[in-house]
Amino acid sequence: MTAATPTLSQPQNIAEKPPVTRRRRPDSTTILVTGLLVVAALYFLVPVYWVVVAATKTSGDLFATNGFLFAPHFVLWDNLANVLAYGDGIFVRWFLNSILYAGVGAVAATYFAAAGGYALAKYNFRGNSFIFGLILGGVLVPGTATALPLFLFFSQLGIANTYWSVLLPSLVSPFGLFLCRVYAQATVDPALLEAARIDGAGELRIFHSVGLRVLTPALVTVFLFQLVGIWNNYFLPLVMLSDSKLFPITVGLNNWLSQADRLPEFYQLTTGGVLLSVIPLAIAMIVLQRFWRGGLTEGAVK
Amino acid sequence: MSTAAETAHPAVPRREGRDRARQQRRAVTSAPWILLAPFLALFALTFIFPIIAAVGSSFTKVTRSGLFGETGVHSGFAGFENYARALGDGSFVASIGRVLLFGMVQVPVMIALCTVLALLLESASAKWPGFFRAAYFMPYGVPGVIATILWSFLYVPGLSPLVDAAGSVGLTVNFLGPDTVLWSIANIVTWSYTGYNMLIVIAQLKAIPSEVYEAARVDGAGPFRVAWTIQLPLIRPALVLTTVFSIIGTLQLFAEAQVLQTVAPAVNSQYTPNLSAYTTAFAYNDYNVAAAQAVLIALAAFILSFTFLRFTNRKSS
Repeated sequence: MTAATPTLSQPQNIAEKPPVTRRRRPDSTTILVTGLLVVAALYFLVPVYWVVVAATKTSGDLFATNGFLFAPHFVLWDNLANVLAYGDGIFVRWFLNSILYAGVGAVAATYFAAAGGYALAKYNFRGNSFIFGLILGGVLVPGTATALPLFLFFSQLGIANTYWSVLLPSLVSPFGLFLCRVYAQATVDPALLEAARIDGAGELRIFHSVGLRVLTPALVTVFLFQLVGIWNNYFLPLVMLSDSKLFPITVGLNNWLSQADRLPEFYQLTTGGVLLSVIPLAIAMIVLQRFWRGGLTEGAVK
Repeated sequence: MSTAAETAHPAVPRREGRDRARQQRRAVTSAPWILLAPFLALFALTFIFPIIAAVGSSFTKVTRSGLFGETGVHSGFAGFENYARALGDGSFVASIGRVLLFGMVQVPVMIALCTVLALLLESASAKWPGFFRAAYFMPYGVPGVIATILWSFLYVPGLSPLVDAAGSVGLTVNFLGPDTVLWSIANIVTWSYTGYNMLIVIAQLKAIPSEVYEAARVDGAGPFRVAWTIQLPLIRPALVLTTVFSIIGTLQLFAEAQVLQTVAPAVNSQYTPNLSAYTTAFAYNDYNVAAAQAVLIALAAFILSFTFLRFTNRKSS
C-alpha cells in the first residue's frame, strides 16, 4: 500500500513510485506497528460498537447489564421501529431535512465556488487580488461569529425559522473557492482556453465545457467538504430554527437527549436514532475515503 | 481557421478581425464578474454583512424608556461599553482562559497523534493500511453533537461500561466532574478530528518523491531517522495548516459543551466563549454584548492564527 499509485487528482505528482520491496515473514516491527494500529482502531471504533450494542437492549437492560455485552433480550427491531414511529415519524423528517440541507447546499456551493475560483485564477482584472484576499479572510472567520447577526437580519427579513435560513448560508464555501482557485491555476491550461476562444466559444461556455471538466477532482473534494460541513453543522440550525419540523438530525437528536433525564424512554430513542444516523455516514466515509485523500493534497501542499 | 489565427495575432489586423477581437475583449472583461457574481452576492449576504452588523451592534447601546420600555426604544453609540461589559464578565473571561488551556493541551496531542498514525500507516511495516485509515477517518463523518451524545453515554455513571470496569478494580472515575469534564471534551474532539488531520498529513507524505527515500536508504538511514530527518520536515506545511484550523476550531467550541450540559452539572451556560455568546443573546436577550463577545472570539482566532503562522515562518527562515 505504501507504493499505492498516485490518485487521479494529483496532477503535478511525480512519476510512479517503484514498488517497495517487502519481506514475506512478519518480523517484530510489523507486529509492533500493527499492534499499535489495532489499539488506535479500538479507540476510534469503541463508541460506535457501544451504540450498536445499546440499541439492541430494553430500557431496563441498558442500565442493568454491561455496556459492551449483548443482553438476553434482543429488541433492536422494536427499538428502531419506535424511533421511526415516534411523534408521527419526526425522525424520518429530520433525516430528510439533513439530506435536503446538505445535498442542495453542497451541490450549489460547489458550483458557485468553482465559478468564482476559476474566474479568479484565469482572468486578470482590477480588484482580483483584493477580492481573493477578502474571501481568504472569510476562511478564517469562525462560522459561529456570523450566525448571531445573521439570525437578527433573517428575522427582520422574515425568513428566520424557514428552510432558507439554514440553506442560504450553506451555499457559500470560501475554502472551496480557495481550493478551486489553486487547482485551476495548476491544471487549467491557458492554451486550452485560447483554443476554445479561437473556435468562437463564449466565455461562460468555455467555463462550463472546459473549466468544469478539468476541475472535476477538486470539485469532488469541495463537494465532500461542504456536504460533511453542512451535515455536521449544529450551531446555525440551532440558532435559526425553532420549529422542530425543520430541524436537521443533529438538533433533533439533542432535543431527544435533553428530555432523557426526565423521561428515560428517550435514552432508547436517542441510542436508536444515533445508530440510524451513524451507520449510513460511516459507510459513506469509508466508501468516499479515497476521494478525500487525493483532493486534499491541493489545499495542503500549496 | 486561417482568419481565426489572424484574429489571435494583433500584429496583422483585419477589419472584421479587429471587431471580433474587441468583442472578445469585452467578453473577457465581463466574464469573470458574471462567474463571480453568485458567490460574491452570497458571500456579502452571509459573511460581510453579518460581520459589519456584528461590529456595528457591538458599538451600539439600546435604552428603553418607561418602566417596561413602553414609551420607546432608543439606540445610540455606546463606544466600548459593550466590550467593557463583555470583558468585565468574569465567566466570559474564564471561558476564554478555559479554551486556551484546552487548546494548549488538546491541539498538540491531536497533531502528534495524527502524525504518528500517518507515519505508521505509510511505513512499509503496516498491515491492512486501508482498513485502519477508514476506521480512523470514520468519526469525522459523525457530527460533533452525535459524537458527544455517543461519548456522554460512555461517561455517565450507571450507563458507562468504562466507569463500571474502573469500579470493579476499585477505581472511582468521574468523567463529568469539574476538574475532568474539560478533558472529557478534549477526548471527544480528538476522537472526531484525528483521522481527518491524519489524511491531510498522509496526502503530504505521498507527495514526497521516492528518490528522497532511495537516497536515505543508500545512506543507511533507518525508519526512525527517515521519519525524523526527512518526513517530519517535509510535512511541515500540512502540520501548520492542520494546527491553524485546530486553533480556530478550539475557539469555536460549542456543541460538545452545550450537549454535555444535560449530563454534567460542571458545564455551565458560559463554559466556552461561544456558549457564553449564545447564552447572552438568547437567554439574556442582550444582543449588543453578545455581538461584542462574537467579535472578540473572531479577533482572538485571527490573532492566534497569525501569531502561530508568524512564529512558524520565522523559525523556518
